[in-house]
Amino acid sequence: MIANLGFGALFITFLVALYGIAAALWGEFKHKPEWVDSARNAMLLTFPLLSVSALSIIYLLVTNHYEVEYVSSVTSRVMPLYLKVTALWGGQAGSLVFWSWLMSSFASAVTLRKWDRDREFLPWVIVVALVTLAFFVGLSLFVENPFNRLWQLAGGQVVEKMFPPRGARLFTPTDGRGLNPLLRHPGMIIHPPMLYLGFVSFVIPYAFAMAALITGRTDDRWIRLTRRWTLWAWLFLSLGLILGARWAYDVLGWGGYWGWDPVEIAAFMPWLTGTAFLHSVMIQEKRGMLKQWNMVLIILTYDLVIFGTFLTRSGVLSSVHAFAQSAIGPLFFAFIGLTFIASMSLLMHRWNDLKAQAAMTSLLSREALFLLNNLLFLGILVVCFWGVIFPLLSELVTGQKVTVGPPFYERATGPLFAALLFLMAVAPLSAWGHSTVKTLGRALWKPAALSVLVVVLALVAGYRNVFALLAFFLIALVVTVTLYEYQRGVRARMKRHKESLGSALVELVRRNRRRYGGYLIHLSVAMLALGIVGIEMFQSETQGTLQIGESLQLGNYSMSYDSLAVFDTPDGRNVARAVVSVYRNGEYVGELHPRRDFFYDSGQPMTIPGVRSTLEDDFYVLLVDWEEISTQSATFKVYHNPLVQWVWLGGIAFIIGTLVAAWPDRERKETVALSARPHAMAAD
Amino acid sequence: MRGLSLKHVLILLLAVVLVGLWASQAHAQEPTPIPVTDDQVNAIAKQLYCPVCENVPLDVCGTQACAQWRALIREQLSKGWTEEQIKQYFAEQYGARVLAEPPRQGLNWLVYIVPPVALLLGAYLLFRGLQNWRRLAQEETVALAEAESAEEDKYLKQLEEELKRRGD
Repeated sequence: MIANLGFGALFITFLVALYGIAAALWGEFKHKPEWVDSARNAMLLTFPLLSVSALSIIYLLVTNHYEVEYVSSVTSRVMPLYLKVTALWGGQAGSLVFWSWLMSSFASAVTLRKWDRDREFLPWVIVVALVTLAFFVGLSLFVENPFNRLWQLAGGQVVEKMFPPRGARLFTPTDGRGLNPLLRHPGMIIHPPMLYLGFVSFVIPYAFAMAALITGRTDDRWIRLTRRWTLWAWLFLSLGLILGARWAYDVLGWGGYWGWDPVEIAAFMPWLTGTAFLHSVMIQEKRGMLKQWNMVLIILTYDLVIFGTFLTRSGVLSSVHAFAQSAIGPLFFAFIGLTFIASMSLLMHRWNDLKAQAAMTSLLSREALFLLNNLLFLGILVVCFWGVIFPLLSELVTGQKVTVGPPFYERATGPLFAALLFLMAVAPLSAWGHSTVKTLGRALWKPAALSVLVVVLALVAGYRNVFALLAFFLIALVVTVTLYEYQRGVRARMKRHKESLGSALVELVRRNRRRYGGYLIHLSVAMLALGIVGIEMFQSETQGTLQIGESLQLGNYSMSYDSLAVFDTPDGRNVARAVVSVYRNGEYVGELHPRRDFFYDSGQPMTIPGVRSTLEDDFYVLLVDWEEISTQSATFKVYHNPLVQWVWLGGIAFIIGTLVAAWPDRERKETVALSARPHAMAAD
Repeated sequence: MRGLSLKHVLILLLAVVLVGLWASQAHAQEPTPIPVTDDQVNAIAKQLYCPVCENVPLDVCGTQACAQWRALIREQLSKGWTEEQIKQYFAEQYGARVLAEPPRQGLNWLVYIVPPVALLLGAYLLFRGLQNWRRLAQEETVALAEAESAEEDKYLKQLEEELKRRGD
């Protein structure tokens, strides 16, 4: 019943979307605004319809309707309510509906805005948004239907179909197979929605870009209209990535947070082009240059978003075989290919209208450095894309399966990330239009001297790794330059307005939030980099089997095995929980409880580390194995992860910085006036 | 059932013979087993990927198959095999996919060559673009300078006004 309702709503959404596309096109070509308004209403209607569909799935999940295949594949009776609800995005079929739902809410929000000045964009924004939506809803209807039920044929065979085959009876399993235990974690509950929010909100700037190309209104209006959307999209995507990393660190039990897995990379790629886009649109706004390039970046971001959605849930890129078998793979590739070709053709069509209005005068100007930043981001993108695609290519051509693992990515992207840090330190000091070695050098020498001091201190402290020292130098340079920029602004305000330090700082940020929010993001990236350098270059590990009372040494830490208990929990787990005492330089610092949870319903184990986390380092203990029954001995794997907490602190600062930059204005006029300023006369 | 168990016995026999052969060979070189720590095993396991668990390195993989592979590495280490020999063995047995990176041969070279070539190409295009722009700039210096100062003036005026307003 409810399944039929949900399916019906989905089907109507599909028809409404198709109608909306047709109405918008008709209204546009026949100059009938009432048809465009009708298309707009169609867009708005998709949201309540998809809400019915998504809420139906949630209802089925919560009320144990195991005759629905999706429900039985992602839930079980013992799962708590909140996990049943979030199982909406626990599998592919549900995720796709969830994606459409979010997409339609964002697109509806956009169509609700005032369109007075940009009326000509409206039909095209609707067309792009609805084509995207129709594709995803179509996938849910015809390929990955979350409402498919199980039917028992007369011969006893059970099949998965939406509508009953002749003579079949509904088949209801007594219990579901349960959610993958790895996904039963708070991080995994918020992480996919954040990622998806980031994904769908990037569709909005893309839709405006296409509208600008189609209508020929190729000034920077579309960029100004979507600037906030882009920032919010970027914020959600970043949040999704950070939460995903945290989830991996807490749950996956390999002592790290990022394994260069294709699924992670799939979410990272649109972030790379999105970040490049955020920087390069500033050149278009300030100098009227790079219009064509910005179009390329937003088109890439859109198609990488679709690619990412497809990769994160399906896993079909793992082999050619899996890809060919899944119905959804070829459809996704066709959609990505078609939208890419269509967008690029439009871009070519308008190529000459998008010529730069200004010229570049200096290779050290802000815009030249931004271009270099774009080159580096795209370089990292090429590495990522190639690394994800190559195994498939290899299998296709030679039949040989290969793994492209972390060493490849680390070696290839390391220098690019280092170069980005360097740019991050230099670019804020360069001016728009023209900078020279002299002006730049004069602005840079003080921060550089301070950073050299940091390296000297690191040398004195005993660090000898050349790469680590270089990284410390770059991080210090970013931090000092950014703080110097803040200090310059604050001092100027204090002088000019006779403000106190605190209010000068607040006013400075408030009156140019995009710039100083951006600098806060730069600071947070320095913090992230510090954490990454810590764990990448200085992580150490050891493993050993201990009798009760024995201890294991790692660096200046040691841990002793105190006890281990094995018990069942009411939510269907068998838990083995060890108690270990941790000592630092021989001094007791606390107890940790590494454990292994075995989930009866899905038959999968999960290793939860015990972690002692400080700003200086993390001591990370995994329970690998133990002697059954007597529990007299157990095997532990222990990691020492220096500085890794800075990754999480950096993540939080990152979010704050983006919020500062993206938060809607109260005093809109004022801020617009200030942000239109050709800023930074560096050397004064 | 019987057929199955016969097959099992045969596989087991084969395995025993193989292990025996290999042990005798290793034995000839290294008569006494060397004590091996978990860390030594993990150091090598870290660089290998089992064909079952996608993208999970062998040292942290929880499956039974991976545990057996780790036991095998331990055995090989105790016979004095080098890291290279062990990796070689796994690559020969299970294919190149067990290695963290594609072996540098044949088509695989592409994986290493494409990214730097793409980056260099990008850098070249960027450099040419910048030079083009600079040439344009030299042609239009005067016009640009005027526009710039006008823009600057406008901004300064705006700022002045705003400051005045704030000051009130």
